[in-house]
Amino acid sequence: MVSLLRNQKVRNTLLQVLFVGSLAAMILACVMIARRNLAEQGITSGFDFLFKSTGWDVNFSLLPANANDPYWWFFLIGIINTLFLGTTGLVLATIVGTIVGLARTSSNELARLLGRTYVDIFRNIPLILQVFFWYAVITHLPTPRAAHEAFGMLLTSRGLYVPVPNVGGAALAAAMLAVIAAVALPVWLGRTSRLSQPLGERLGIQLTAAATALASGAVILALGRSPGVPILDFPSLQGLNLKGGLRIPPEFSALAVAIAIYGGSYIAEIVRGGFKAVGKGQMEAALSLGLSPWRVFTLVRLPLALRAMLPILANQYVWLMKATTMGIAVGFTDFFMIVALTINHSGQTLEVIGILMAGFLAINLSLAAVFNRINRAIALKGNQLRG
Amino acid sequence: MEMVVVAPPAPGRVEDLKRRFFATPLQALLSLISLAIMVFVVWKLLNWAVFSAVFTTTGGPEACQAAAGACWSVIAARWRIILFGLYPFEEQWRSALACVAVVVMTVLSCIPAFWTGRRIALVWGTGAALYYVLMKGGVLGLPFVGEEAWGGLALTLFIFVTTCLIGFPLAICLALLRRSDLPWISRTTGLIIDGVRSLPLISILFTFAVVLPFALPQWLQGDKLYRVILGSALFFSAYQAEIVRGGMQGVPAGQEEAAMALGMSYWQRIGRILLPQAMRNALPATINQFVISFKETSLVVIVGFFEILASGNAAYGTGEWRFAYVEVYAFIALIYFVFVFSLSRYGAFLERRMSVGER
Repeated sequence: MVSLLRNQKVRNTLLQVLFVGSLAAMILACVMIARRNLAEQGITSGFDFLFKSTGWDVNFSLLPANANDPYWWFFLIGIINTLFLGTTGLVLATIVGTIVGLARTSSNELARLLGRTYVDIFRNIPLILQVFFWYAVITHLPTPRAAHEAFGMLLTSRGLYVPVPNVGGAALAAAMLAVIAAVALPVWLGRTSRLSQPLGERLGIQLTAAATALASGAVILALGRSPGVPILDFPSLQGLNLKGGLRIPPEFSALAVAIAIYGGSYIAEIVRGGFKAVGKGQMEAALSLGLSPWRVFTLVRLPLALRAMLPILANQYVWLMKATTMGIAVGFTDFFMIVALTINHSGQTLEVIGILMAGFLAINLSLAAVFNRINRAIALKGNQLRG
Repeated sequence: MEMVVVAPPAPGRVEDLKRRFFATPLQALLSLISLAIMVFVVWKLLNWAVFSAVFTTTGGPEACQAAAGACWSVIAARWRIILFGLYPFEEQWRSALACVAVVVMTVLSCIPAFWTGRRIALVWGTGAALYYVLMKGGVLGLPFVGEEAWGGLALTLFIFVTTCLIGFPLAICLALLRRSDLPWISRTTGLIIDGVRSLPLISILFTFAVVLPFALPQWLQGDKLYRVILGSALFFSAYQAEIVRGGMQGVPAGQEEAAMALGMSYWQRIGRILLPQAMRNALPATINQFVISFKETSLVVIVGFFEILASGNAAYGTGEWRFAYVEVYAFIALIYFVFVFSLSRYGAFLERRMSVGER
């Protein structure tokens, strides 16, 4: 027996079995105790509860929802809310981060100082504190009767009311596509015909493409609008309440603003790091080839910096997606809040925790997959030395 | 022949300014825009926070609300709630002293002279014990105060320190297990680490606070506070383990081979060769992780703890000070800022110091 234990191979196998076995035993014990406790409360395990109606409502949903809807529908709403808040926060944070990051790398001392102050302040204050702060600010806005008005938007304690076009959903989507095409088409044309045509001709084609796309968008909007009403539906006070326009609830705007400001300060540092990683020689070489400073930026500095930034940016985006769970602090029904509410109401603790883990794993993995693809697509091909 | 190098005439102040901020029209525009933003923000802020602010409590909330600027009297009236939470009023000096103990301990462990395993353990052990005795009492004639009454800054610091105290050794264990030669051990550990890292901290805190009591036998449940600290430590250790592992990968393989050739045992190799060098490599990232987890202690407010953020909410939430939320949040933000900013500055200093040593 002792000699068997002296054998390295036997010992290693034994160790591994012991390690994995004791972990598995611990988890198994926990699950069994939990099942017994839940059974004592009269909760049957299994996923049948997913098809029962919830009996409670959510305060924010992009899909139609009411208290009669089943649990699985609410989980779906939660995931969509999380993704919607995450994407909004991600886009806003990227915009803020890019501006601040560029200020931090600018050759202008004052702009650098400004950028640095921004990053130092907002990165060092916890996100949840910022969420609470913006939530307090928004809920302390005046009531609808005394709302602040700016550009047709109404700022009230019940949320932000923005004007929306009086157009059918399909037409709106088509018009949005047209706007995207108006931006994307010239870029694509510019890339495919970079050197084959003279600059003037190319610019002409690009402008025509953009104008055509925009015009078709306008036509779609005009055709799709509901007859007899103005093209933009402005929110206005009627009686004690506000009518018209789109209401953005305070929970959502507080979270989006906080994530944009806090996430922006992190992304600014990533942007700065990316630009710093571009070798000075690259820029000097480009300048000595006679490229204008603008073209040095768009053709050399930016593409190289983007490549350096992207892997870190991907991590930051995953983090931002997870940060949407702060929603529960102000009562935004994101995925995690739905999970917490479901545990409270249905008691199906184990199953719901499983759904929570699976949900976040899916979000993280798909985000990572998307970024890996982008990363591979834009990576420099071949094994060239860079420095 | 003697070469005479004549320095160019020193630029005047105006020329210097011109060169630095107005070299090209674009630069001038940028400078002017930045300057305008700065002047605007600084003026607005000063005006709000200093010039039109109310500092005394004499007028009460009404006089304060009427003022155009900040109402700092809410801090003067409520700072005890913000800093100490529900801790008994006559005993709050203990809470303050406990905070001081934790801060002194942190500062001491930032001094390189204390960076040996034994000294750091001594500093942290004494600090934690001092904190615990001061807060909990029940000995040395100090009245007993249960954990449920702890709150404010003291609770925030307690959660942070215990998270690090438990999380750090756990992180080293996880990192060592993950780089183990035995495939099943390293794979399982990897699964645990990646699993924890893919979840948001709030969901882990929630699970430990609310769900775990279902899954544990009665005698293992313990207080909710310690369960949450355990969850937070687990989260910390999953991230820190990857940092430590990164540090270990930076140690040349020859180091360990040489140690093996000298006949050192596994624990000698780990404790004397690998870890000291790995920790040195991992130091900047480790400080960063400390900074992040200090900020993340604020999340325990969600599972119902009365830490500094919750006590701040309570400080302005009741009746007469309802309007003064900006001041309260600014005060809490300032406290966080002081801690986090000094920690991250310290991290930057360490990074510089170490990169000087390497060259």
